[in-house]
Amino acid sequence: MTRITRSGSARPGGGGWELAVWYGMRLTGLGLFVTALAHYMITHFLSDPSSQDAAWISSRWGDVAWRTVDWLMLAFVTFHAFMGMRTVVQDYTHGALRTVLTMGLYAGMLVIFAMGTMVVATLPFPTP
Amino acid sequence: MLLRYRGGEGMLAWAFHRISGIAIWAFILLHIVDIWLVGANPTLYEDLLAIYASPIGRVLETLLGAALLYHALNGLRIIIMDFWPAMTRYHRQLWYASWVLFVVVGLPVAVQIMAPAFGLQPPFQFGM
Repeated sequence: MTRITRSGSARPGGGGWELAVWYGMRLTGLGLFVTALAHYMITHFLSDPSSQDAAWISSRWGDVAWRTVDWLMLAFVTFHAFMGMRTVVQDYTHGALRTVLTMGLYAGMLVIFAMGTMVVATLPFPTP
Repeated sequence: MLLRYRGGEGMLAWAFHRISGIAIWAFILLHIVDIWLVGANPTLYEDLLAIYASPIGRVLETLLGAALLYHALNGLRIIIMDFWPAMTRYHRQLWYASWVLFVVVGLPVAVQIMAPAFGLQPPFQFGM
């Protein structure tokens, strides 16, 4: 007999917010497939953390295009990582604990997105 | 427990996806804070960077890369089955294919990252 299993969660019916989140996880997942894997390859394969001091980051972010790509990746990853953790929380908790943890994740998502946006938007350009 | 439970490949794929996802989420928290420090406290950032470039840091980065690559490839497998349901019949073959890609892509990257921890030159030089 063929056993059919499923790795992801079933598509929610009825439209609305949960369906939007379901599509959002897949869209940001595809976005991260490109941006996050490329980011890892640049920082660990093409280059090495031993050379990535503040000046290295500053020169990389001397190009607005890189800041834009990195900010886009930040937007993808904050949604994908925190909404993914929300699925985990909803699988293992219920009642008041679930509400508290879910709200905590939403708050964490905002804080992390704000911190990332702050540094990518305000880090001074390198002085030539 | 994971290997004895009769869930088969589909369940292992799901369990690895969840474990790697939680690990990546935890790293994202650290990573946004460390990049935020580049603007707020560059000296502290560079202290942290020394840990990233240390032998233990390299082991953790290799594990991070493995989690990232597995999660990305299995995520693609989920998306394929979500939008092309007939492929669900071949979920096992898709999982094995993702492991082939995992090894082919992951091995050279792991060697590149780990070489300095053994006092060796990284095999690929890009001058970045």
